[in-house]
Amino acid sequence: MMNFLIRRLIIALLVAITVSIVGFGLLRFSGDLASLLAGENATAEDVARISQAYGLDRPIYIQYLDWVWNALRGDLGKSLFTHEPVSELIMTRIGVTATLAFAALAVGLAIAIPLGVLAAVKANTWVDRTALVISVAGQATPNFWFALILIYVFGVWWRQATVWGYKLSEITILGLQLSGLPISGSATWQHFVMPVATLATTIMPALMRLTRTGMLEVLSSDYVRTARAKGLSQTSVLFKHSLRNAILPVVSLAAVQLGFLLGGSVIVETIFALNGVGFLAIRSIERIDFPVVQSILVFLACTYIVLTLFSDLINAKLDPRVRLS
Amino acid sequence: MTRADSGASQTSEPVIDVSGLNVDISVPAGILHAVSDVSFSVGPAETLSLVGESGCGKTITSLAMMRLLPRSAKLTARHIRFDGMDITNYTEKDMTRLRGNRMGMIFQDPMTSLNPVYRIGDQLEEVYMRHRNASRKEARERASFLLEKVGIINPAQRLTQFPHQLSGGLRQRMMIAMMLMCEPKLLIADEPTTALDVTVQVQILQLLRSLQKEFSMAIVLITHNLGVVARMADKVAIMYAGKVVEQGSVQDVFDRPTHPYTRGLLECIPRHGLTAGHDKLGSIPGIVPSLVGKVTGCSFRNRCLHAEEVCAMRDVALRPVKDNHDYRCLFSPEELAGAREGVAAQ
Amino acid sequence: MSQTELARSAPPAPKGPVEEFTTLAPSPRELMKRRAKSHIGFIVGMSIIVFFCIVAIFAPFLAPHDPYDQNLSARLVDPVWGAKGTWSNIFGTDAFGRDVLSRLMYGARLSLMIGFTAAFIAGVIGVTLGIVGGYFGGKVDAVIVYLINVKLALPVILVALSIASISGGSILVLILVLGLLTWDRYAVVVRSLTQQFRDQEFVLSSLAAGASHARIIFREILPNLTNQIIVVASLDMAIIILIEAALSFLGLGVRPPTPSWGLMVAEARAVMFFKPHLIMVPGAAIFLLVIAINMAGDGIRDVTSPEGRG
Repeated sequence: MMNFLIRRLIIALLVAITVSIVGFGLLRFSGDLASLLAGENATAEDVARISQAYGLDRPIYIQYLDWVWNALRGDLGKSLFTHEPVSELIMTRIGVTATLAFAALAVGLAIAIPLGVLAAVKANTWVDRTALVISVAGQATPNFWFALILIYVFGVWWRQATVWGYKLSEITILGLQLSGLPISGSATWQHFVMPVATLATTIMPALMRLTRTGMLEVLSSDYVRTARAKGLSQTSVLFKHSLRNAILPVVSLAAVQLGFLLGGSVIVETIFALNGVGFLAIRSIERIDFPVVQSILVFLACTYIVLTLFSDLINAKLDPRVRLS
Repeated sequence: MTRADSGASQTSEPVIDVSGLNVDISVPAGILHAVSDVSFSVGPAETLSLVGESGCGKTITSLAMMRLLPRSAKLTARHIRFDGMDITNYTEKDMTRLRGNRMGMIFQDPMTSLNPVYRIGDQLEEVYMRHRNASRKEARERASFLLEKVGIINPAQRLTQFPHQLSGGLRQRMMIAMMLMCEPKLLIADEPTTALDVTVQVQILQLLRSLQKEFSMAIVLITHNLGVVARMADKVAIMYAGKVVEQGSVQDVFDRPTHPYTRGLLECIPRHGLTAGHDKLGSIPGIVPSLVGKVTGCSFRNRCLHAEEVCAMRDVALRPVKDNHDYRCLFSPEELAGAREGVAAQ
Repeated sequence: MSQTELARSAPPAPKGPVEEFTTLAPSPRELMKRRAKSHIGFIVGMSIIVFFCIVAIFAPFLAPHDPYDQNLSARLVDPVWGAKGTWSNIFGTDAFGRDVLSRLMYGARLSLMIGFTAAFIAGVIGVTLGIVGGYFGGKVDAVIVYLINVKLALPVILVALSIASISGGSILVLILVLGLLTWDRYAVVVRSLTQQFRDQEFVLSSLAAGASHARIIFREILPNLTNQIIVVASLDMAIIILIEAALSFLGLGVRPPTPSWGLMVAEARAVMFFKPHLIMVPGAAIFLLVIAINMAGDGIRDVTSPEGRG
């Protein structure tokens, strides 16, 4: 167990280092940051000045090491536009994004697991087929489109000026300018209903299918036959003996999905003008605010690495074969 | 050699009495007649062996007794009487009260039959707690007691282990202990030793026999190993393509095999030994016919030395060789024996 | 191996009727065709894909108007089912007076082209890495697993947005970025399949016969992976189309005035309460194409390996 843990930690650390290099390098290799920042009408001197001011004229590995060295001391640099510390910018917004992600995961799992179990128990009946149709449709729905449909459906059918905390007039304005109006600080739980529903719809199908496949496999296993031969109740056979085993791969997928949600909430955050990390990211990308962008990329990647590490630990906890080997 | 102590049990009420059992399974190609017209009974402390090649319906028959058939299977029977009650139409709820409590079943592969994520103790105790309303502590004591019974030296420690930490033989002992937690009247053992090493096989069989005596259980033993039958069983039913082709006491069937299939099987094995026999069971040339759709005539005819045109047209019922020894063939025992010698003479 | 075991592993000598059965049995390919013909999802999915492809290829001939042609006097015209709709603009016109149907048709071109080429690039990268890792194992495999982990840790949408934004967002860059960001699925699937094949007899016997690694990979292993790769490719293409639409919706993928479905939805947001069809129609096009690709992919999987549905 200890060996397993240490090996996983070392790999995670290596991956984190590589990801930080990739995240850092991507921005610099994609284009000339200085001339982008200087604007189209800038002279060569302007570009050179900006380049020097932001340290972009130094060799790239110096820039990287400098950035990492500062980052390790908790200093991720400052935004080029607001001049606020990047770490502060992220920390004040991570709450919104994390709330979105965890709520969406919880809702997604709360739908996916019962539906997947039901589909497996009623395999090849209309229940199963309905679940399959839901999952295929969910997978094919672009989430920005789904979000707009939600707004439209609630807005037009309810005929109310305020839909889940959003004023319809506001939403229409949001449509005009993509950069949006951040409702920072004023977001209530209602503001999260539609975004969470959107994200949950995106992640639910994969979780549901994996639960179903896992349950089908487990239900036809020898040990479930044993459990039935022991005369255990249907509940015990289904939940104690089957789901516990079928859930193992779902835990891993859930961690991956959570990582995806943290990075992928950019779309709903933009549509619903929630001032989270995704929202910060897209505004910074638009303004080439590279200290913010690279920090967010690496921050999200490291969060993902930690999450998968966690899911491995949970799997080890749930599965004695992993834990004791 | 067959067991000598079977005389007493013959007189008492049978534990399980199956009559006219049919199991039809829906498959994409149609209806598969997995088991047709199977009847037998087993008394207390008596062992019946179901013998046949894989796919002959012996496992389906045993699952039918436990009512553990897959949902695509349809069961019909004149009756399945367990301990005097007809359980043919028992609901799932009624059955869960019997399973693990008054009837138990152990399976072929002990490596996959135990739930990998729970401790052995938990898996044993839950049976007792469910059927006897026992406390965790009582269940634990009972589990320790049974582990000793199945020959495990340090029960307290074993109970805290997970299945993957145990060898195959130990796991099969755990399965047996688990199914004996509530002292069932009937134990169904589906090829309990096939997946184990030869030396372990013998130990497990001996264990089953001694436990049978102690708890006076009826055992239905499914096997394709005739050596095991000779050691363990009082009665034997030879199955082929979903039907019993010959059944009777082990003594009678082994001394005077009548159906051509039984004779083929018995000729294949050397008279000694547990080990050599089962390899040869499938070595009668030819293939088992498909059981999908309507099956007419004798299923064995395309592998039978005696087959004639009439065999394809007429269904055959079981008929007696003598009392309590039946076979399923159009020809009389004498004809079968005579023709056999004729072939041998050529 | 003992004498009896050897005897047992030999196939039983065929006698009489057996031969009839073997000649009657249909070939695996024949069986696959039969299953494909009775697989409703596969047929429906493939039909929709073929339809979209035809529309995309022949868009210049099929489109009733020029997709870039602005007609400021005929802005926000109702679709044909609307109150003032006409057959000349079946899906109406957008806020610039451009014909929605024509833009939709050219949008299909873009979506399919980006989806196909990016999925192909991802496939080449992923399959290569997967085969190399699975076949050679050991340290090579460890490096490839490590690469897969690095790739998985990158937040795809944000990375794509950043690169597209900084590099100016040409379609070529978009394709390259999406290809480079979605190869992991191929690598994971191909790697585990290659591991299984590596130890099988047909590979071992080629090795014993002195075949080179390249020959074994291309002649023995790759052909056995084709079906699975197609299944993964269909999934990947569906995901790429969705990501491209999202990027364009956010204004950092395909740039206006190029007709892209995601962009069409974004442009219609301002008027979504008055002209909901302007978001419904392009959104539905994305939904339909993606669902068709998924259905066809599921179909291919069911048809090629009927036991593994899930």
